[in-house]
Amino acid sequence: MNCIIIDDEATARAIIGQLCSQVSSLNVLEDFPNAMQAIKYLNQNDIDLIFLDIHMPDFTGFDFIDTIKNPPKIILTTSDPNFAIQAFGYDCIVDYLVKPITPERFKKAIDKAEAIKSVVTETKASSQVETSSGNDLYVNIDRRLIKIDIPSIYLVEAKGDYIQVKTDDKNYTVHSTLKKIEDKLPDDLFLKIHRSYIINVDKIIDIEDNSVLIKKDVIPVSRSNRPELMKRLNLL
Amino acid sequence: MEQPNLSYINSMSGGDKAFEQKLIDIIKTEFPEEKEVYFTNVKANNYKLTAENVHKLKHKISILGLEKSYETAVAFENNLLEGSTELQDEFESILTIMTNYLQQL
Repeated sequence: MNCIIIDDEATARAIIGQLCSQVSSLNVLEDFPNAMQAIKYLNQNDIDLIFLDIHMPDFTGFDFIDTIKNPPKIILTTSDPNFAIQAFGYDCIVDYLVKPITPERFKKAIDKAEAIKSVVTETKASSQVETSSGNDLYVNIDRRLIKIDIPSIYLVEAKGDYIQVKTDDKNYTVHSTLKKIEDKLPDDLFLKIHRSYIINVDKIIDIEDNSVLIKKDVIPVSRSNRPELMKRLNLL
Repeated sequence: MEQPNLSYINSMSGGDKAFEQKLIDIIKTEFPEEKEVYFTNVKANNYKLTAENVHKLKHKISILGLEKSYETAVAFENNLLEGSTELQDEFESILTIMTNYLQQL
């Protein structure tokens, strides 16, 4: 991973640089004593990972993140543990290292960054495969992209700003909308039967009046969606 | 009182002696500069800027293995942010110990 270090303290830059030199997958391209210089550099270079100090004069680490478009993965390095909650609000922040950084903790942060990079790469590859097989769906949960086997999904339920995706093995709560996931699911397998529910038609156990039994869930069928559901069934 | 040591530097250098010396040289250059800024801000009674200086200095306190002193620095930084100079003498004693230690290296 190509990385840069941003820290106003020369001692910190030297330490992080040394820790990076002990990890073969890391390639430190530059280090910067302030965020402004780094912004110029980022505009002209592809960077996978930034080691970023929070406390810097004039322009803090968070100011820096807020300024750049599409930030790469960022590992915060700070002497202050009090910003962890704020850091959690940024998808690009992979880890939060409190100085003095130990080699063991540093390695753990790099492992996280590499795991995320690998999932993102897989996702990109998979989205190409999806057009032919359409078997996988990636959902973002707690800043991780988790792969779900589409045919294993039997129910998607809208829950406010979230959706709950129920599969044969596990349930996932994802910050998304029913509309977004509906667009991603194959029409021949899934059907919206209510404004709050999408079901996998293959997983229906039985239908009674205006409800569907799917696994152990009884799901209402809205009057407007019922004709389409009936059309999809192989009725005797 | 707690004494500085090189255990952290040795633990993170991966046995790279050249790096250890390079890091000590950087600290020897940077520490007096940070200390000077600290005393300037103390003299000006600018607690906020002094707290920022303490924040930066405390990293070097931890690098030199001064674990208890680090806690003192954290508490002093918080005091400054609340407008108090309590622990100033203790903090400045730590700076003196570090100065003496770095001069010997």
